[in-house]
Amino acid sequence: MRKVGLIEGDVSVLDRNDVDTDQIIPKQFLKRVERTGFGEFLFYDWAKEPGWDLPSNPILATGRNFGCGSSREHAPWALEDYGFEAIIAPSYADIFYSNCTKIGLLPVVLAEDDVRAVMAGGRASIDLALEKVMWTGGKASFEIDPETKRRLLEGLDDIGVTLKHGEAIDRFEGERERVGPVTTRHRGAPGTARRSHTT
Amino acid sequence: MPKTLFDKIWETHEVAEALLYVDLHLVHEVTSPQAFESLRLAGRKVRRPDRTLATADHNVPTDGSTAAQQIRDRLSRVQVETLERNAREFGIPVYSIGSDRQGIVHVIGPELGVTQPGMTIVCGDSHTSTHGAFGALAFGIGTSEVEHVLATQTLQQRKPRSMLIRYEGELGFGVTAKDLILATIGQIGVDGGVGHVIEYAGPAIGGLSMEGRMTVCNMTIEGGGRAGMIAPDDTTFDWVEGRDAAPDPLPLDEWRALRTDNGASFDKEIVVDAGAISPQVTWGTTPGMVVGVNSSVPEPASEGDERALEYMALEPGTPMSELRLDRVFIGSCTNARIGDLREAAELVNGRRVASFVHAMVVPGSQQVKAQAEAEGLDEVFRAAGFDWRSAGCSMCLGMNPDIAAPGERVASTSNRNFEGRQGRGARSHLVSPKMAAAAAIEGHFVDIREWQ
Repeated sequence: MRKVGLIEGDVSVLDRNDVDTDQIIPKQFLKRVERTGFGEFLFYDWAKEPGWDLPSNPILATGRNFGCGSSREHAPWALEDYGFEAIIAPSYADIFYSNCTKIGLLPVVLAEDDVRAVMAGGRASIDLALEKVMWTGGKASFEIDPETKRRLLEGLDDIGVTLKHGEAIDRFEGERERVGPVTTRHRGAPGTARRSHTT
Repeated sequence: MPKTLFDKIWETHEVAEALLYVDLHLVHEVTSPQAFESLRLAGRKVRRPDRTLATADHNVPTDGSTAAQQIRDRLSRVQVETLERNAREFGIPVYSIGSDRQGIVHVIGPELGVTQPGMTIVCGDSHTSTHGAFGALAFGIGTSEVEHVLATQTLQQRKPRSMLIRYEGELGFGVTAKDLILATIGQIGVDGGVGHVIEYAGPAIGGLSMEGRMTVCNMTIEGGGRAGMIAPDDTTFDWVEGRDAAPDPLPLDEWRALRTDNGASFDKEIVVDAGAISPQVTWGTTPGMVVGVNSSVPEPASEGDERALEYMALEPGTPMSELRLDRVFIGSCTNARIGDLREAAELVNGRRVASFVHAMVVPGSQQVKAQAEAEGLDEVFRAAGFDWRSAGCSMCLGMNPDIAAPGERVASTSNRNFEGRQGRGARSHLVSPKMAAAAAIEGHFVDIREWQ
């Protein structure tokens, strides 16, 4: 994952609440087996509406509960591929928020009034290290989980971080987990996969 | 200190701070290919194939095709073939198209008995919350997290907050689990559960079948909840016992302890009057835009409402029962289990689908299909004029050939009425299987409590 640094630039505005991931990237584009190339299909149906105006800028400002519905990570992939580096909204759906942080697309939570001011201001800068957003005529602080922040700032590989706990996972499996396989070796189960550890 | 069911499962699965062990990882073809590709590039293996299970569901045509090669849409075919190849390469058991155990991932997990009380369960699919009906902690994840779980069998996860939804009273005659959860989402809003793991409790929950409990937990995500769960009881244990992957004997002492202690506190508590709930129909483009079947299309209260009314081509004040339907879809991970099909079949038995309605029934799995056929339900549906299909996600999200045409009005037992969800320009109304069955016969919504 690339590091998240200072993000600044023009703000694209999508003033709608409860925008679901089916709108961000409709189902017919989920059939690709790659991670890239989704940007051109962003808001595929909405983009055909008269008056639609969502330029490719570093920052997207939008409404409550952004990214609700399907867990498809294709939605953050499409937003990021389109050019957005950060989103500013009053709230997000849980899975969407988490998916954004996994690919270095910074989801910023601000109070609804502040989001409105950012939309009106037209330009903003976001400093993740200081947890601050500044825009034409105002500024505000935001909160982010410290561990998530550290990973974003340093561009860390999540799996690499977790594998440092390899011994703890081994210990957990030795002490706590239920005896026996769950998905294999029952009546009629396909394959007889053996345990294969990577630590 | 008294603990909630959620606390108990969380505490016994935290490997390190904010690192949760995953007991069961379910995989399907849409959200996994990029995860496997990254594993391959990094030279990583799947840590626990014996706790991982794959199936093909989203792209599968419901026309009875028995092999990936028969899928006409090239991209769909490639996605299913990619799943089969990845499962083979990484040693993961897979029930793909053609298997007698293939089906919607949230139907086959419980059906095979791999979904069990007390487990942590994840899948790259938001409706993973379904499995919480068994007293498991189950939630959807994204593709990066799928890769993380494949490689480490753990998930980096801060503990969400907890929420109790307590139902007072009992559900009335003809009112189902689907109506219960739709009315709940209508009450709390589509973001009412954001950041929370929700426990559903009360006599109306205890009285539900496992199918009904799965319907409730399934739609937790539609209320924004991270996960939904219901404490396991004898209904749960009876359902799990004897299934292929179920423990024998069941660890009943351990499972009976999976309940919220008296005096345990939640971050948020909500009370819902179950007795006041009537059969529900959604009118808009989020599951929270919902009314009782005897109500009318409401006046818009926001710009979002106005947009929804325009998309749905509805006028405020129109009785919901006057909307003429083009299609009826009985299926999806919300309502395609044997109990759902039995309820619908009972209502259509001996009747005919309205001449202008195209109605289809899509069993949630091949095993549900086989069971329904053994009971003769397929004949009941066919005789009434329903299209009886093979298992898959079907028209819930139109990634396969089952889609509605622009402008068509659909009564659907699925979970999302988002714009374009069932086909570009299609207008979806979410209802229970009983309501969908009666609507197919009449060509419009009826109050099944009074329907003769």
